[in-house]
Amino acid sequence: MHDHGFLEQALVYLAAGVIAVPVFKRLGLGSVLGYLVAGVAIGPWGLRLIAEPGTVLQFAEFGIVLLLFLVGLELNPARLWALRRPIFGLGSAQVLATVAAVAALGVALGQPLAVSLVAGMGFAMSSTAIGLATLAEKNLLPTPGGQASFSVLLFQDLAVIPLVLLLALLSGGKGAATEFDWNSAAKAIALIGLLVAAGRYLLRPLLRFVANTGLREVFVGFSLLLVLGIAALMQAVGLSMALGAFLAGVLLADSEYRHELELDIEPFKGLLLGLFFIAVGMSIDVGLFLHAPLLVLGLALGVVALKSALQYAIARPFYCGRSDAALFALALSQVGEFAFVLFGAAGQILPRATIDLLNAAVATSMLSTPLLMLAYERLLAPRLARPGARAADVISETNPVIVAGFGRFGQIVSRVLGGAGVATTVIDHDPNQVDLVRRFGTKAYYGDATRLDLLRAAGADKAALLVVAVDDVEAALAITRLARENFPRLPLLVRAHGRTDAFEYVEMGVPAVRETLGSALDAAQAALRVLGFHPHAAWRIAAQFRRRDEAMLVEHAPHRHDEKKLIAVSQQARADLNALLREEAARLRGAEEPGWR
Amino acid sequence: MPLRILVLYAHPAHDRSRANRALRAAIEDLAGVTLHDLYDSYPDFFVDVRREQRLAEQHDVLLFQHPMYWYNVPALLKEWQDAVLEVGWAYGEGGDKLHGKHFMQALSTGGHAASYRHGGHAQFEIAELLRPFEQMAHYCGMRCLPPFVTHAARLIDERALEAQAEAYRERVAALAAGELPAPFDTIPSAE
Repeated sequence: MHDHGFLEQALVYLAAGVIAVPVFKRLGLGSVLGYLVAGVAIGPWGLRLIAEPGTVLQFAEFGIVLLLFLVGLELNPARLWALRRPIFGLGSAQVLATVAAVAALGVALGQPLAVSLVAGMGFAMSSTAIGLATLAEKNLLPTPGGQASFSVLLFQDLAVIPLVLLLALLSGGKGAATEFDWNSAAKAIALIGLLVAAGRYLLRPLLRFVANTGLREVFVGFSLLLVLGIAALMQAVGLSMALGAFLAGVLLADSEYRHELELDIEPFKGLLLGLFFIAVGMSIDVGLFLHAPLLVLGLALGVVALKSALQYAIARPFYCGRSDAALFALALSQVGEFAFVLFGAAGQILPRATIDLLNAAVATSMLSTPLLMLAYERLLAPRLARPGARAADVISETNPVIVAGFGRFGQIVSRVLGGAGVATTVIDHDPNQVDLVRRFGTKAYYGDATRLDLLRAAGADKAALLVVAVDDVEAALAITRLARENFPRLPLLVRAHGRTDAFEYVEMGVPAVRETLGSALDAAQAALRVLGFHPHAAWRIAAQFRRRDEAMLVEHAPHRHDEKKLIAVSQQARADLNALLREEAARLRGAEEPGWR
Repeated sequence: MPLRILVLYAHPAHDRSRANRALRAAIEDLAGVTLHDLYDSYPDFFVDVRREQRLAEQHDVLLFQHPMYWYNVPALLKEWQDAVLEVGWAYGEGGDKLHGKHFMQALSTGGHAASYRHGGHAQFEIAELLRPFEQMAHYCGMRCLPPFVTHAARLIDERALEAQAEAYRERVAALAAGELPAPFDTIPSAE
């Protein structure tokens, strides 16, 4: 149990992650909670497989550093500039409001002002790692709520620096400390200036030089060296490592190596971030928790509830709709790793027991986030109207044709029908798309066409045709089945993705149009023309292909589950088709042929 | 001996047709008749040559049924001629696949019968206007049968149209039964 070597440790971490994460992911609880629980399981309060979680935590913090580097890569200076309002406005509001509220509550509960203030500062911080990783895992980062969360996390990264200084002052206000601070601030500003200049003029030629060696692992090594080097420099002048990495990312966001850097850093980020969560899990003081479960739990849940409420109240009028405000409020509801730092720095203000209690509450609050996010996704988001997830529109007209899906495909279908004098009722599940086409004067309804009540409201029992033009294969199949079951006399026309689902529609006897077949044939025809085939010959060849291919689809559909047979008939069919196309090409090509055409 | 009849039906606006729709309905269900609607099969004008040749080979009579457009067939039926009647199949060396078959036309005109005479609106008699088809049949080794003509297709009354459809049905049914009329031959014999 003691004296574990590097190999054993690596084995334990990897095994814990590999076992816990897929299980939690499968249960729908997300990878972050998986890592955290894995950490608890192997830590000093679980199986005690790892003796000293502290050292790993330090190492694993590079996961956050790499995460922020990658976030920076996605955000060039112009986009960062565009976020200035949420970063500074929303960010400062969030920090100040939390500090004030927690401090006021603390004082009201009889705690000294200093202690209450420190607790407030610590609790104001959210976890960059948990917040961003959870949002990224659920693809919620690009939503307004995700952007707000990211902006505030960035502000907190900046805010932690003056807060640490403030704590040093509160701790005793030694004159030396203040002097040192000025010195360090000057250094920090100088370093950031240097970094920006180097990023602009030095980094790219250097990257080009390394890339030109053609050795991939050297490029990977250089990428890591770059990020960690900047992080180390930042730390040396007392800035947050993550902030430095973020800055480096932003500076390289416009460079031609962005994608390579992303690809190279991504796996390291994933592993180290996982390790970080495991380390956090290991550091959770289960003993204290068991000793005073109600106190720790109450404190943690109280903080989470308070932060959620405050954040919702701040974000709602400031920035976004109900659903995004809720997402923002919950994504940042936990207390983050910076709290450990702040509480650690406040050793002279807070008694040891208080620090332990606060830390336990912080760790517990982290565990709550994946669960809250799950609740958000399952329960809250579908109900709250974001400019995205609003309630389905009330459909106020009945037309002979219903078009489900109003993207690139459905729009054309509907426009052609409209031009021919056939009115369509258009439904799309993407609210932005609906709003967009409405601005252009086309009437579309927001709603989910896989729902029976919506189809009925659109007049499916009386319509002459339902065009299923959604791009999602499963959704298209679901709508088709639903319509056939409930409106057996309603003719259907479906957009098929490819051969596999086209087979399904053949079996069902529903006419389907493979979405790219027509355009690919247009391209083939154009290619033949470029190659000197006569336009009429090129057209005949493409038309012949289409005719045969569509016939083959029907002939082969019965074999679609028998791969061997399918391969055999396909090969034969392809040979036949080739012969046919060659014949077609010869038919129209040669002037040397007898006959007059 | 019964004959198998392939009706190559060409009407670009079948849904708005009056005469041809009635005529077609009159023969569609006859035994030995295969009705092949070209504008329905090839809305994109892509005529599948192989398929059409197989189909022709399986029948004894080719019957073009169509409205007369500009003293000719509608464009898709002309495309059918151009694409399907290939050298080596319909004519030329080895081109004997239509030899011994019969060719017939059932056409409708807009003008009255009286127009189709020298000095009339149409200037020519129907038989003269149909000479390219007569020669096509001849060149492909087919025997040309007398055409079935419905004049003033938009103007004749219901009763006359009914009678016309009945007459058409009788003609086609007799043909299917193997009763051949005297060949339609406007070409002066070479002798």
